[in-house]
Amino acid sequence: MTVQESATTGLRAGAGSGEAAISVSGLVKSFGEVRALDGVDLEAPTGTVLGLLGPNGAGKTTAVRVMTTLLSPDAGEVRVAGLDAVRDAAALRERIGLAGQYAAVDENLTGEENLVMVGRLYGSSRGKSKQRAAELLDRFQLVDAAKRPAKTYSGGMRRRLDLAAALVARPPILFLDEPTTGLDPRSRLALWETIEGLVADGTTVLLTTQYLDEADRLADRIAVIDHGKVIADGTSDELKSRVGGERLEVQLDEGASEAAAREALADMSDEPVACEDGMVKLTVRRHEGAIVEAVRRLDAAGIGVDDLVLRRPTLDDVFLALTGRVAEEHDESEEEAA
Amino acid sequence: MSRVLSDTLVVAERNLIRLPRAPDLLLAFTVQPIMFVLLFVYVFGGAIATPGFDNYADFLIPGIIVQNIAFGGFVTALGLNEDLKKGLIDRFRSLPMARSAVLAGRTLADVVTNFLSMMVLLTTGLIIGFSFDSTVGEILLGVVLLLLFGYAFSWFFALLGLLVSSPEAANSVGFIVVFPLTFISSAFVPVESMPGALQWFAEINPFTIMVDAIRALWLSAPAGNSIWGAFAWTAAIFAIFAPLAVHRYRTAAGGR
Repeated sequence: MTVQESATTGLRAGAGSGEAAISVSGLVKSFGEVRALDGVDLEAPTGTVLGLLGPNGAGKTTAVRVMTTLLSPDAGEVRVAGLDAVRDAAALRERIGLAGQYAAVDENLTGEENLVMVGRLYGSSRGKSKQRAAELLDRFQLVDAAKRPAKTYSGGMRRRLDLAAALVARPPILFLDEPTTGLDPRSRLALWETIEGLVADGTTVLLTTQYLDEADRLADRIAVIDHGKVIADGTSDELKSRVGGERLEVQLDEGASEAAAREALADMSDEPVACEDGMVKLTVRRHEGAIVEAVRRLDAAGIGVDDLVLRRPTLDDVFLALTGRVAEEHDESEEEAA
Repeated sequence: MSRVLSDTLVVAERNLIRLPRAPDLLLAFTVQPIMFVLLFVYVFGGAIATPGFDNYADFLIPGIIVQNIAFGGFVTALGLNEDLKKGLIDRFRSLPMARSAVLAGRTLADVVTNFLSMMVLLTTGLIIGFSFDSTVGEILLGVVLLLLFGYAFSWFFALLGLLVSSPEAANSVGFIVVFPLTFISSAFVPVESMPGALQWFAEINPFTIMVDAIRALWLSAPAGNSIWGAFAWTAAIFAIFAPLAVHRYRTAAGGR
């Protein structure tokens, strides 16, 4: 639990200096019998990205809803931008942007009308709202679609519009609830680049995701959440070291020597090489060139290979490493209700 | 306070610009009431005796306009339910806008659509034989009363839209409540023609009082206490349902 300990230390330091953009401690929220959040601690220093990683129904959305003043907590302290999410809710709403899992745009309004409406609800004049809408439409490559109702947009365009709506008031802190769920790989990549651009401009981002690669790419720190609790917290590298990095799995030809294969590949890993039923498994030190190197080594040793695969650690691996079980598929409706 | 007003107007504008883009709703506002007027006048009209009125169109138009106004709030129920499900209410609640503006903007937009459908119905009525028999002031007072009544009733629909789980449910619950209320009233047939129990209900039904008030204002029919009664009912409906809807808005959206 060294990772968690270091996070707790960080939390104290952050809270003391008032530096943290998001600081949550002991957050509890129940829905009837269900304890959706069971004592959650989170910390995101200003200008960083905090990833909340967990399966459906883990409590990620509930946590976001509390931090964005949509839901009041049963217990615990939630401070965002130095403001209390319950007592200073009204002031806090001026400082945050929220883009949801279900792209919250009015489908019968055009992209431009959506953004102008949000601008005016922030209290800007019609003219200023139009100007800001034009900037955002340009930035999110929606200029051509600006005058079309949002219902004609593709999934990726809707997410971009939703994100643009969250950015209308240039909030210093941005909450993204599963921003790429359901997107095709290309739209996903494009959205990642957009988010990276926002962070480069100094925005603090809290991001929930079910995807390890997404958290890996975007988040400075990742909190793994399950059954309403943070079960691990650390940088992507710290978590990966607990998961064990990338795995090379080699299925040997029948009759090939496991011992010889183990010896040939031992130098590629810091950990012992496992063998079972003609399958050699190891955690490789480096991703680059691992497959080529393994094949060369096995070939030089005269060991026949039937199949060979290099696998990135998945959310399942994280869960397996942390909890000893695979990430459960929770009921979709549970997450919706939360 | 000015913030409440400006936010309300922004939300109302949003609801009005999206209306022409949902043609089914627009159809419900224009073609459907015309169809009802024609069906009632030409199918039932000949069989319904309306002592004291020149023709059935005179009798019917105030009644059917009141019914139509009562149904106008459906846009609010369906729209709020959809907003809730699609996450737009979440977006609104995460903005530093006035808390009451989402509902107030909705119900305000209903006033505009109610006015339009009232004009459609009046025009249809005037073509098929309805005629005013009162002063311009009384006619305008009738229009104002109808719009206020519709506005108050929209808050009932706002509450409904926030309570039910789907637009379909809002639809059926709304119909189950509003249909009997408008039919067991003086809107379509004279109350005296109903069996005893229904007559008792029809006489205390606010829709009867409302319809009688409009007949008094537009046709100089005997008013009794109906005009004051109609204003009182309008105020009461607003006073009951507006706080309930606002309370439900705060908790419903928050509890999900």
